Amino acid sequence: MSQSIKLKKGFDINLKGKAEKKIAELAQPETFAIKPTDFLGMSRAKLLVKEGESVKAGTPIMIDKAVEDVFYCSPVSGEVAEIVRGAKRKILEVRILADKEIEYESFGQQDVSSLTKAAAIDLMKKSGVWPNVIQRPFGVVADPNDTPKSIFISAFDTHPLAADQNFTLQGDEKYFEAGIEVLSKLTEGKIHIGVNSESADFFKSSKAQVNTVSGPHPAGNVGVQIHHVDAVNKGETVWTVAPFGVAQIGKLFLEGKYDASRVVAFTGSEVLTPQYYKTYTGGCINKMVDGTTKDGFVRFISGNVLTGTQINSTGYLGFYDNQLTVIPEGDQYDFMGWILPTTEKLSFHKAFGLLSFLGGKKKEFTLTTNMRGQHRAFVQSGEFEKVVPMDVLPTYLLKAVLSEDFEQMEGLGIYEVIEEDLALCEFIDASKNDVQAILREGLDLVRTS
Amino acid sequence: MKFIEDIFAKIRPNFEKGGKWEKFYYVYEAHEVLLLAPNKTTGPTGAQVRDAIDLKRMMMTVIIAMIPCLIFGIWNAGHQHYISIGEVASLGDKFLTGAILVVPIIAVSYGVGLGIEFTFATINRHEVAEGFLVSGMLIPLVMPASIPLWQVGLATAFAVILGKEVFGGTGMNILNVALIARAFLYFAYPSQISGDVWTYFGDASPVEGFSGATPLAIGALSVEGTQSMVSLLDAHWYEGMFSFQNMFIGIMPGSIGETSTLMCLIGAVILVVTGVGSWKIIVSVFAGAFGMATICNIFGANEYMLLPAHYHLVIGGLAFGAVFMATDPVSAAQTETGKWIYGFLIGALTIIIRVFNPAYPEGIMLAILLMNVFAPLIDHYVVGANIKRRLKRATV
Repeated sequence: MSQSIKLKKGFDINLKGKAEKKIAELAQPETFAIKPTDFLGMSRAKLLVKEGESVKAGTPIMIDKAVEDVFYCSPVSGEVAEIVRGAKRKILEVRILADKEIEYESFGQQDVSSLTKAAAIDLMKKSGVWPNVIQRPFGVVADPNDTPKSIFISAFDTHPLAADQNFTLQGDEKYFEAGIEVLSKLTEGKIHIGVNSESADFFKSSKAQVNTVSGPHPAGNVGVQIHHVDAVNKGETVWTVAPFGVAQIGKLFLEGKYDASRVVAFTGSEVLTPQYYKTYTGGCINKMVDGTTKDGFVRFISGNVLTGTQINSTGYLGFYDNQLTVIPEGDQYDFMGWILPTTEKLSFHKAFGLLSFLGGKKKEFTLTTNMRGQHRAFVQSGEFEKVVPMDVLPTYLLKAVLSEDFEQMEGLGIYEVIEEDLALCEFIDASKNDVQAILREGLDLVRTS
Repeated sequence: MKFIEDIFAKIRPNFEKGGKWEKFYYVYEAHEVLLLAPNKTTGPTGAQVRDAIDLKRMMMTVIIAMIPCLIFGIWNAGHQHYISIGEVASLGDKFLTGAILVVPIIAVSYGVGLGIEFTFATINRHEVAEGFLVSGMLIPLVMPASIPLWQVGLATAFAVILGKEVFGGTGMNILNVALIARAFLYFAYPSQISGDVWTYFGDASPVEGFSGATPLAIGALSVEGTQSMVSLLDAHWYEGMFSFQNMFIGIMPGSIGETSTLMCLIGAVILVVTGVGSWKIIVSVFAGAFGMATICNIFGANEYMLLPAHYHLVIGGLAFGAVFMATDPVSAAQTETGKWIYGFLIGALTIIIRVFNPAYPEGIMLAILLMNVFAPLIDHYVVGANIKRRLKRATV
């Protein structure tokens, strides 16, 4: 019953600096961090540890005040070094000074096949793996009390320079399989795995329906796959888990520990040798970027260039990110830059002088962070639809958000999309709107209403 | 280009907060960004890289698409002048005469329009949007070459202030700005924008037998008569003027930029290839006009209705309106299905207005303005269909 979905709409942003498929040796960073800001929809973080306390990998660090039984746990063992707070004492980072040898909290090995749903959820909540489970609508950490109609896993990532999931999970096949089995206890519906031609062989499972998806970005977005396979309607819930999260859940049940080790792609045009590193969730990037990037003013992005977050050279990777991208900052004036013909500045469009399409689909581009224009009202029509392979009208949805029209937002499908699904709209927009921020505003409005 | 950056770096503080001309920051800024695209970078979240396109480039693409119409229009204005006074002139003379007529109109249009844009930007403290770059060129192209400059200025001011700024500026207007200017003149000064106004005579007087009537005016006359309209067109005082081929090329009296269907089609190719103009709208306007004209042929109650359908595509401003006016993304339908309906209705309405309401010879202007008003309604139903599909899925 597997489905084959062929998508035409979308756009691949082909950047320079694709990671070579090898895992390089790297001294582990001294500190790791948990950032409450990574978890969208968290009402207020409440700390369970104090500075100076020692923790193990899997020791609860904080909880969400609104959902007190889901623990956010330390990725490594060590000592709580610093709690960084922002305005109104909002917690920004909990930094942990890591031990040389990681000690794990023991959660006990489980027999996956005889596991009950309640026991599975209970262990996931207290061990730190639960935040891997994301809920649609809204793209927030799932509520353990819900029962989703299905669970989706996208086994490939089409974002610019994204990590190759087959490669990063090499050797974790049995954990992935166990993870699927655990997840299958959580839903009465199906587990869907979206694969492309390259990941089809790797991500197989007897417990899941494997759907083949082809096409340009955002074909790898789990939201797009949900839309075509089992769309989210009002009142329904679907859960999504990234492949890394599935393997982590599997490992927890098979080995009884919260293992936050992960393979991270170090990518971007300003990286001297783009490759993979093995580290732990929330690692400081200082060791990774020290002497490995080109000179000049660069930007470090936890994640990819479409949906990632800017961090500084001593910042920490986000909980959900398995990629660090380094691109040049674009804080230069550009003489007549708005009209001179160019083949080097990537564009989805073909307006006068935008000749990047001449390079063909294989050409790799170096993009800077320059805005390439100024913010304007919506003018162009019909372009967003070309990069969103869903039956959604992005412009109208965004206008519904801006006018806070709840009925329209619901009707136009706000339950089906999160930021990453409309990120390409933000990229191609001639009026330079912050599409993702507008969408999140709408998602928050609907979620909290 | 370091030296240019240095110059601007020196001037800039005068306009920034605390500078002596800080009030005029947005006027200064609008000029700076033309020479130096800004150094602004993306925010810490969201897309960290952006597409090379911006509105300026989009608008410039439209202007480039209008250049064939403009150049042809300049030559044609001169050409028609010399024909009407019965003189033979060189190509250069025709261009020169045309340029003397047309360039001031363009200057007034841009001068008045941009002046108002800068004023509003300064008062409301916002950046100057690019919308008028296109409107400022469209307005001259839909004016007769002999139009008094004060009328151009007045119409432009009316269009920019009441057609755009009161709605919130570029992107917020309901009607096409250039057409508002044209419609304003049409209703405010009907005698100066209809009748024998299409040709400039200068100090000379026209040759004997001269008639400045356009094909549309002849069409309005043919409604009453019994002579076929094609023969009326063929009977023009200047032989071959209103042959189909000549009208397609556009060597005939009319507004500056809209006589040549050929030049409009070149513009259409530019707009469609660059993706800036919607091919769906352009095609559907022509299809709607041709379809409606064919229906008229079938009924054939009078000579104008019997005019072969393809003639309708080359007379009046249909081609220009279809390519440059109907495709204005702000005032057109914004859904893809809506664009088909919108364009088709513009085409059909143009013929209906032309043929059945000869008091308004130029149907395309009113048809587009009318459909501008209805575009949101069309979109409303297309969007409603999307919502219904989603609701239906939910109950299955």
